[in-house]
Amino acid sequence: MSQEWPLWEVFIRSKTGLDHKHVGSLHAADAAMAMENARDVYTRRMEGVSIWVVESKHIHASNPDEADSMYDPANDKVYRHPTFYVLPKEVEYM
Amino acid sequence: MSVNKLNYILQLADNALIIGHRISEWCGHGPILEQDIAITNTALDHLGQARSLFQYAASLYNELPAEERAAIAPNLNIAADQIADEDTFPYHRDAWDFRNVQLLEQDNKDWAYTVARSFFYDQFTVLHYTALRNSTDATVAAIAEKSLKEAKYHLKWSSEWVIRLGDGTEESHARMQEAINELWAYTGELFMASEADTAMLAEGIATALDKIKTDWFTNVYAILSEATLAMPDANAWMHAGGKTGTHTEHMGFILTELQYVQRAYPNMTW
Repeated sequence: MSQEWPLWEVFIRSKTGLDHKHVGSLHAADAAMAMENARDVYTRRMEGVSIWVVESKHIHASNPDEADSMYDPANDKVYRHPTFYVLPKEVEYM
Repeated sequence: MSVNKLNYILQLADNALIIGHRISEWCGHGPILEQDIAITNTALDHLGQARSLFQYAASLYNELPAEERAAIAPNLNIAADQIADEDTFPYHRDAWDFRNVQLLEQDNKDWAYTVARSFFYDQFTVLHYTALRNSTDATVAAIAEKSLKEAKYHLKWSSEWVIRLGDGTEESHARMQEAINELWAYTGELFMASEADTAMLAEGIATALDKIKTDWFTNVYAILSEATLAMPDANAWMHAGGKTGTHTEHMGFILTELQYVQRAYPNMTW
């Protein structure tokens, strides 16, 4: 496996978008090559105008097995949502 | 409008066609997936430029006086009064009527040779198209403007590979140096002015090749130095003849592949 170039995750922002979205991954020797490879592989149909590349090893992801203790408790805590305030007429369209 | 203008445009068009075709031979055979996609994208860029230039060449041909067209028509397998289109020039001339420089018909061989060939050509096209944006011919200027964006990316790609292979392992350095040395003798032709070049320069349509030559040497030297590669002798003997129809043995094989179907089934359409 050490013969393989490092793996990079690619994020592209579309022309009309505000955020970079994850579009896939590729292999490259370094960041400059990763950028060019991303341009060649992921923007050839005008999918985007901005590229971020991050080496996959630098992305830390949450463990799906812990999903119930990580996310379920937030499900029934309705008081955390800002929906109980009655807005004064002057700012009701805030 | 003279035959010189037609020949000038064909020089540009044939360069784009032949390098595009050569690079397309890598499709499916790239050393790694991402580079296979990259290099076939590059081939498409070159072929796109070829299309624009051949469309212009066809319209220039169609505007020639009847006697001049009649003299050229037999080389295109068309009747003297027949209208040419963008496919007429690429698919129906034989090798001695092509005006590309010999550098571009050289064999792909390996990744280092392919990179070196593109590197020498891309350094030229960026300088050349930059200058041609100021051509007194509006079509040439427009094509140059659009092609320059593609050429800049091609140059980035080929320069980065020259550096990575040159300043890489012992094997990659040796292969890259060999490729630079072997292709060097074909680079001089890029700056040799043909009759068409000279005539178009006088009309402000073309650009002075000797000015580009100095910048080309400077830029090539900068990249080769960074790549820890030796620059061959600037005064070495150079191949010539491509612009006037003298080509290497590769040309026949390239055209066989490129033209076979059109010649076997003339005027066929999808």
